[in-house]
Amino acid sequence: MKEFEILGNKDTRSGFGEGLAELGRTNENVVALCADLTGSLKMDAFLKENPERFFQVGIAEANMMSLAAGMTIGGKIPYTGTFANFSTGRVYDQIRQSIAYSQKNVKICASHAGLTLGEDGATHQILEDIGMMKMLPNMTVIVPADFNQTKQATIAIAEHNGPVYLRFGRPVMPIFVKPDAKFEIGKADVLTEGTDVTIIACGHLVWKSIEAAKELEAEGISVELINMHTIKPLDVQAILKSVQKTKCVVTAEEHMMNGGLGDSVAQVLAQNYLAPQEYVAVNDSFGESGTPMELMTKYGIDTADVVNAAKKVIARKNA
Amino acid sequence: MENLELERIASQVRRDILRMVSDVNSGHPGGSLGCADFLTLLYFEVMNYNPKDFTMDGKNEDLFFLSNGHISPVWYSVLARAGYFSVADLGTFRKLSSKLQGHPSTDKKLPGIRMASGSLGQGLSVAIGAALTKKLNGDKSLVYCLHGDGELQEGQIWEAAMYASANKVDNVIATIDYNGRQIDGDVETVLSLGNLGQKWQAFGWEVLEMNGHDIQEMKNTVAKAQSLCGNGKPVVIIMKTEMGQGVDFMMGSHKWHGVAPNPEQLANALGQLEETLGDY
Repeated sequence: MKEFEILGNKDTRSGFGEGLAELGRTNENVVALCADLTGSLKMDAFLKENPERFFQVGIAEANMMSLAAGMTIGGKIPYTGTFANFSTGRVYDQIRQSIAYSQKNVKICASHAGLTLGEDGATHQILEDIGMMKMLPNMTVIVPADFNQTKQATIAIAEHNGPVYLRFGRPVMPIFVKPDAKFEIGKADVLTEGTDVTIIACGHLVWKSIEAAKELEAEGISVELINMHTIKPLDVQAILKSVQKTKCVVTAEEHMMNGGLGDSVAQVLAQNYLAPQEYVAVNDSFGESGTPMELMTKYGIDTADVVNAAKKVIARKNA
Repeated sequence: MENLELERIASQVRRDILRMVSDVNSGHPGGSLGCADFLTLLYFEVMNYNPKDFTMDGKNEDLFFLSNGHISPVWYSVLARAGYFSVADLGTFRKLSSKLQGHPSTDKKLPGIRMASGSLGQGLSVAIGAALTKKLNGDKSLVYCLHGDGELQEGQIWEAAMYASANKVDNVIATIDYNGRQIDGDVETVLSLGNLGQKWQAFGWEVLEMNGHDIQEMKNTVAKAQSLCGNGKPVVIIMKTEMGQGVDFMMGSHKWHGVAPNPEQLANALGQLEETLGDY
């Protein structure tokens, strides 16, 4: 199996911060809004260099979303920053009416997604956001895999005219995407080619799946690993091409089983090519306090869960 | 424009509203009739805009946002009469595939509309956002928005009010349609707004009041509001109106908030309003 060089260890939210700072230097239409979480979202550099284009809205996320929608009128490209929970569930109706339905060029940038914000517990650990956002017509949903890819996606979405949900997180994780890689919305990255099982992952579960793939390869199982950084629009061709070869699939995500990446893949398979699928995802449960890695283990979204799911789905295929 | 001429346009707008809602037996005539004079004044006297070359960005034009989107009939009529689209299109209101959706929307590209509304409480934030962009662009034109009084029960309104004064967004003029009625009854009964003027003052806004059916008073008040812009404070006008204004049997009650007149009631109502510009 192809070796993945670890290029460093950083949090994906810092990739967002660096991407936003770069946009501040290169695109005068980019403006940023934040609801009292500037440091947590790593928006400090943009603020320091572009104070006139940074809007501190206080703890008022509904106002932030509708302000951002209004700011597009006249050509600005607003990037909103808060935790994923407050970027989606708290403001669903504002996003629905003023951003998605009204087709406004707002980039909803959501940090601390999923379980891995850790100790703050379930009030802050949203696991439903991908589902909510992908159900909205006109919305693009992106879940980059590491620091470099988050930076690249942050920059790339400025060139896409329309609403985008960009989801990233808090824990420090290995960097494996090359710093000069090109990010293309809706085009999956095939990380390894294989023949026994397809693993389709997004976000932090891509690294977990890389680790899982190493273990599986050591046991002689050939893995095709796909980094599905764009949940919507989904790269249907990449899914079908791979699953038609391997004839089974594991989906892996830091999200509820209901409504996440796995359901999007299942929909594609149900409509086009039937194949057994196993989900690595949180099963209808809220999270709790703990360290990020403890939580990933407890809630069944760790490396071992990907390995076990792969073995199970191969067994189902061969049954 | 002479007051009499504005009143004649408003009479036609009221006829349009009644015919639109009656035709599809749905829609919101009460608040629409109540705001007919104000929206006529805005579009035929106050705002600078280009109806023949509508752009979403509206650079160097005054912008208007209707936050209480359910009174779409009055806005559609005024937009059509102002030249944004054909008055014949008014006959498609709320019908399948129409650009004139039940509540205003942008997705069917109706000229004059820059934001969907209907779910209440979002339009003040939107207007303030557009006003911020105008400042960034060095665009000196103004942003106007209209809200229902019942809509002020939404918390987001007060998030936006707090934001605008704290950040000196002084190129926005918000107007409150203060008719005192909402779906379930009088605003005072459903959820009192208390002393509304003091509330806005406490949130740091310049507060003006006017009678929404007195053209001359509205001209004077809006001119005063414009003169207050640029002084570091946002401006709100509390506009006293009568729901159902212009039709005797619709006035004085909340019952015509969201009920369309039947054919007999329509004939009665139209008999009270002069056809000045030709029905669509």
